[in-house]
Amino acid sequence: MTEPAIDRDKLRDIYTRTMRVARADEKFRSLLMTGKLAVIYYTVRGQELVSAAAMAALEPSDYLVTTYRGQHDQIAKGVPLNRLFAEIAGKAGGTCRGKGGSMHITHPASGVMVTTGVVGSGLPIANGLALASQNRGDGKVTMVCFGDGATNIGAFHEAMNMAQLWKLPVIFLCQNNRYGEHTAFADHTKVDSIVTRAAAYGMVGVKVDGNDAIAMYNTTKAAVDRARAGEGPTLIEAMCYRMLGHFFGSDFSYMPGEHLSEMAAEDPLPRLRRLMLDHQFSEAELDAIVADLDAQMEAAAEFAANSPLPGPEEIRRDVFEEEIAA
Amino acid sequence: MSQITMTQAINRAIDEAMAEDEGVILLGEDVAAKQGGGVFKISSGLTEKYGEQRIRATPISEQAIVGACVGAALAGFRPIAEIMLMNFVTVAMDQIVNHAAKLRFMSGGQTNVPMVIRTTTGVGVGFGGQHSDMLEAWFAHVAGLKVVTPSNAADAQGLMRAAIACNDPVIFIENILCYGQKSDDPGPGHVVPLGKARVAREGGDCTIVTYGRTVLDALEVAETLAAEGISVEVVDLRTIAPYDEATVTASVEKTGRAVVLHEAVKQYGAGAEIAARLNEKLFGRLKAPVARIGGAFSAVPMANALEQAWIPGKPAIADAVRGAMAWKG
Repeated sequence: MTEPAIDRDKLRDIYTRTMRVARADEKFRSLLMTGKLAVIYYTVRGQELVSAAAMAALEPSDYLVTTYRGQHDQIAKGVPLNRLFAEIAGKAGGTCRGKGGSMHITHPASGVMVTTGVVGSGLPIANGLALASQNRGDGKVTMVCFGDGATNIGAFHEAMNMAQLWKLPVIFLCQNNRYGEHTAFADHTKVDSIVTRAAAYGMVGVKVDGNDAIAMYNTTKAAVDRARAGEGPTLIEAMCYRMLGHFFGSDFSYMPGEHLSEMAAEDPLPRLRRLMLDHQFSEAELDAIVADLDAQMEAAAEFAANSPLPGPEEIRRDVFEEEIAA
Repeated sequence: MSQITMTQAINRAIDEAMAEDEGVILLGEDVAAKQGGGVFKISSGLTEKYGEQRIRATPISEQAIVGACVGAALAGFRPIAEIMLMNFVTVAMDQIVNHAAKLRFMSGGQTNVPMVIRTTTGVGVGFGGQHSDMLEAWFAHVAGLKVVTPSNAADAQGLMRAAIACNDPVIFIENILCYGQKSDDPGPGHVVPLGKARVAREGGDCTIVTYGRTVLDALEVAETLAAEGISVEVVDLRTIAPYDEATVTASVEKTGRAVVLHEAVKQYGAGAEIAARLNEKLFGRLKAPVARIGGAFSAVPMANALEQAWIPGKPAIADAVRGAMAWKG
């Protein structure tokens, strides 16, 4: 029997978050496949566990900034499913009243402050949220999620330097899924690991197997604790796989066969299931969690389907605080 | 009455806002006491009062400066970013255009970005092509941004207070040549609302619509033309976007003639928008086509002789008004 290196309740929490992400992603893809939804969607298949374990280490009031491939982060952080599904479907009942869509999910009540569609742009913004917490002394930390592709844009460098300079309570979570759009990691970056860059800023950097639930959670928790204690930021490089194309329906024949088989062997979902069974969770208990989640997905899809379309007056609203005259 | 310079006026507005609200912070290159209170001394004395947590001297990292202000604003602060020169604002365009301007809309009003980007620029001091541009039209074109520029010290103080209090992002453009200009001291607590133009001089024959430093040129030209019997009205927009269309339209309706003047390059400038809207509102009642005057279509040159040829000069402004007066259709 494996010696538990993690609290049982926390493990159940991580499993539930992981499966909430996985079942939602499955549902989105099924809605797209059957033509019930026709929107741009960046599937998170393969990255479910990274987010679930990371978000399980945060408090609900902590801030999150994420990127267009961010449904796993948002769902794991706690964005209500009904509102999320409706937003992705472009409905008035969505988190952003249909004006943001999957690339701009925002839900401050869950701490999701920004989802950006511009690679790398979330990092400087995360610093600002963390700066506000530092000045207020409110004890919150900010996590910003991004991919390996975001580490070669200038905003990454500027933000990392500033965060370390000011010891901001921020966690830079690089989900290294080994592809920036269609370009493999080795074709866009010469160093072996993103985490080596932390040294250039005098920052703590940790590389972790993102599909190892316990390691991922403990690594994140340590970074969160450091940030909360005023000890500054951490760069985490969580290794994972983007198991499907860049966006739903896009070709991924550029991924070589050995990458695909390596990916299948590392699939976080069966691996987490085995871990749960090793920790004496029963098949029945795990199945019940998934069945409950599936009922939530059905309800969310229904909520989205029944939510009205936003009216054209929305175009004049939220440009400025005051509505623009018709 | 005692007088105040534009530098003192902006400093006072920031000082007052910082005293009232802990959430008002200033980020920028060299802005803290240790670095001398900013290249143009706008933040002089503020670090001593409010500390380095609130007056933060930054690395040369415009994206990180603006991005940090966006984030702090999302958390409920009212940050001010000092971007040393307007051309350097271009380095942070993604944060401004894709984030500061759009987050309120894209979030369906759940979040907003109450921040000010202060920057300065100006033609006439020999700074050349990358330190002199007026780029207000770039920002006026983006839904979600307010664009403000003062022409005098009292307005600078009042507009800065309003900009900091605004719940949306404001691009606040200062002019290097105006920092030393003095106004009658408006006293503490002076606020000039955004979106309200000022009739800087009343007249009956032709309206010059302008903003920022060129308001001073327009007022001089108006004085010159008065001697020729031409009565010029000068409208100082103060807020370039969204601008006070009611005041501009009312003035041109009265005079029947308009010259739109700015230091920025004429082509695709803010003047084109104002002229087009005047045509939409007053076509058939205008006594002459709306004239536009702006900088030449080149980079701003360094040599003073070229710089003076580049900038819309007072003789050209006067000629534009005379041309409008002489228009026979």
